[in-house]
Amino acid sequence: MQPISILAASLALVIALPVAAFAEEANTNHAPEIAEQSWSFSPPFGTYDNAQLQRGFQVYKEICSSCHSMRLLSYRNLGEPGGPQFSPKAVEIIASQAQVTDGPNDKGEMFQRPARPSDPFHSPFANDQLARNANNGALPPDLSVMAKAREGGPDYIYALLTGFKPAPPDFQVAQGMHYNVAFPGHQIAMPPPLSDGVVSYTDGTKPTLDNYARDVSAYLMWAAEPKLEERHKLGARVMIFLLVFVVIMYLAKRAVWARLHRHDATHAA
Amino acid sequence: MAHPSSYEPNTGIERWIDARLPVPRLMHDQFLAFPTPRNLNYWWTFGGILTFMLAAQIATGVVLAMHYVPSEHGAFDSVEKIMRDVNWGWLLRYSHAVGASMFFVAVYIHTFRGLYYGSYKAPREVLWILGVLILLLMIATAFMGYSLVWGQMSFWAVTVITNLFSSLDSVVPGLGTRLVQWIWGGFSVGGPTLNRLYSLHYLFPFIIAGVVVLHIWALHIPGNNNPTGIDVKTARDTVPFHPYYTIKDGFALVAFIFLFAAVVFYAPNYLGHPDNYVPANPLQTPPHIVPEWYFLPFYAILRAIPNKLLGVIALLSSISVLFFVPWLDTSRVRSTSYRPIYKWFFWAFAVTCVALGYLGSQQPEGVYLVLGRIFTVYYFAFFLLVMPIVGLIEKPRGLPGSITEPVLGPEEVAAPPAPAARKVPLKRKPAEVA
Repeated sequence: MQPISILAASLALVIALPVAAFAEEANTNHAPEIAEQSWSFSPPFGTYDNAQLQRGFQVYKEICSSCHSMRLLSYRNLGEPGGPQFSPKAVEIIASQAQVTDGPNDKGEMFQRPARPSDPFHSPFANDQLARNANNGALPPDLSVMAKAREGGPDYIYALLTGFKPAPPDFQVAQGMHYNVAFPGHQIAMPPPLSDGVVSYTDGTKPTLDNYARDVSAYLMWAAEPKLEERHKLGARVMIFLLVFVVIMYLAKRAVWARLHRHDATHAA
Repeated sequence: MAHPSSYEPNTGIERWIDARLPVPRLMHDQFLAFPTPRNLNYWWTFGGILTFMLAAQIATGVVLAMHYVPSEHGAFDSVEKIMRDVNWGWLLRYSHAVGASMFFVAVYIHTFRGLYYGSYKAPREVLWILGVLILLLMIATAFMGYSLVWGQMSFWAVTVITNLFSSLDSVVPGLGTRLVQWIWGGFSVGGPTLNRLYSLHYLFPFIIAGVVVLHIWALHIPGNNNPTGIDVKTARDTVPFHPYYTIKDGFALVAFIFLFAAVVFYAPNYLGHPDNYVPANPLQTPPHIVPEWYFLPFYAILRAIPNKLLGVIALLSSISVLFFVPWLDTSRVRSTSYRPIYKWFFWAFAVTCVALGYLGSQQPEGVYLVLGRIFTVYYFAFFLLVMPIVGLIEKPRGLPGSITEPVLGPEEVAAPPAPAARKVPLKRKPAEVA
């Protein structure tokens, strides 16, 4: 078996080297570099930072939500375990600030009422056409699963929000577009949404662009993956169980086969 | 089936059942006492792992189907509802999605094991053919299952793959277009397409289960091949399946589940594509359409051929060529371990498959296209040239006299067969029996 594996390894290496070289070259041409950030929710044991998610929600609500919907979330999610965990009272207040259409009532008419925790997040535009019309033809995407819908996830969102820079002199930015180092093609329709001080934090966190971007990225990760904490917690238990199980199975296998090996020893030669 | 029954009904009720529907006899003869070569290594444990994976996919899939909405406008949102609002929905969905990948990891190892040890050779040709049939059904099932998410990648993968049939237009004008529209149930991929993919995705696993029964039946007639590739000669060469292989397969299965669980809990989206979290949009093509990783080698072969129809033929041939492997390989020796020339070509083939997988994930341009073509040529040359020719010109290394010989030495005296499970209660020392 030994020469075979050496052969296989060397063949793989011979092929992998040029391929890897070309891959590197290709990378520099296409996707911009997305720097990895450190997040409280990284596997295997990470959890969300409730206070950060609450701040992130504040940034979303005060800034992002004027253009971006989050139609897969409901206000009740804001109070659920493993999330921002606003108090039930706070969730009710947050919900009630939005007006939703309900009905028909007894007279067959639709009516407006304040949203309840069970209602989905209120969308800024009634439909995509309206959204495009209000945004120079560009459609602000729904953010519900954005943190899983882009290569790099929350790292990408952070890089994008902090990536608005003056365009290099040789770069032609089209009318109504903005230069962004993280966005594929470097031209994005969204104007820079954040700057120092635009959101007032109440918990003493510095109101900087960097903190806003970090907090809202964490919040969007939670929105995309609300069961992450549950998954990590269950994962640890399952992995420990399986580890013990696999050791027991290995010992059992050894014990059973030892019977055969002893039998062989008795009968050999 | 192939070996005399050793089942003895000891009680009245066992005798009563045995005379009417001898399921206990079948279970005893095929899964407890079944004589199995004693030298099977861990590459042989993937059959059991695959059986488990099929069962796990059906179990998780049946529950997911209770919550999934197979409609153009409901599919994506219902998947997200499973992730958010269904109890343990995230666990079911991630297990099912990662499970598909793990299923393919296991089936590719299982197939390569069969190729390496010559398990397709007489008298196991039908066993092998049934295995290739299962692989084909798995590919179809996985493809249809991926489409159900109805994200951008799902939608455009269905569009690209179903459109392959339109290449038939170059044979009979209009035939391909008609066929594609018949498959779509309309003039583009849409709601009717999704509904039929859903229906078939639910049906196919049960067909797979049926073919798996035939696959195991076909295995139990000649019995297992083994790493030496030589036939079982005496009872000393075998051990009863239980407990020797139930415990060995069991250990390997738990180790495999450990790996499976690690991906489900810590990197559930690692093997997926971010674009599939964007709802399907027929008006916007993603910049780079790629299939799931387990289809990448075939995708590379498809794109290596400049002509669309020939590309599709190459794609289909890359799998169907496996059906003919029992007759393409001319060597008398089964195990590649005893084939000094062939083994080089075999490992080059393994590298080729991995390389094609990588190339399938890259844009088909420049050096990637050239490499893709080189590897595609070798992929087919391995089956159509290497297998027939090397088998004829190669002088195999000397085979051992029997499966047991490397363990116990060549002299064959009338030693008793290996201890059977039923006769060796765990409390007694095996030495007493021996």
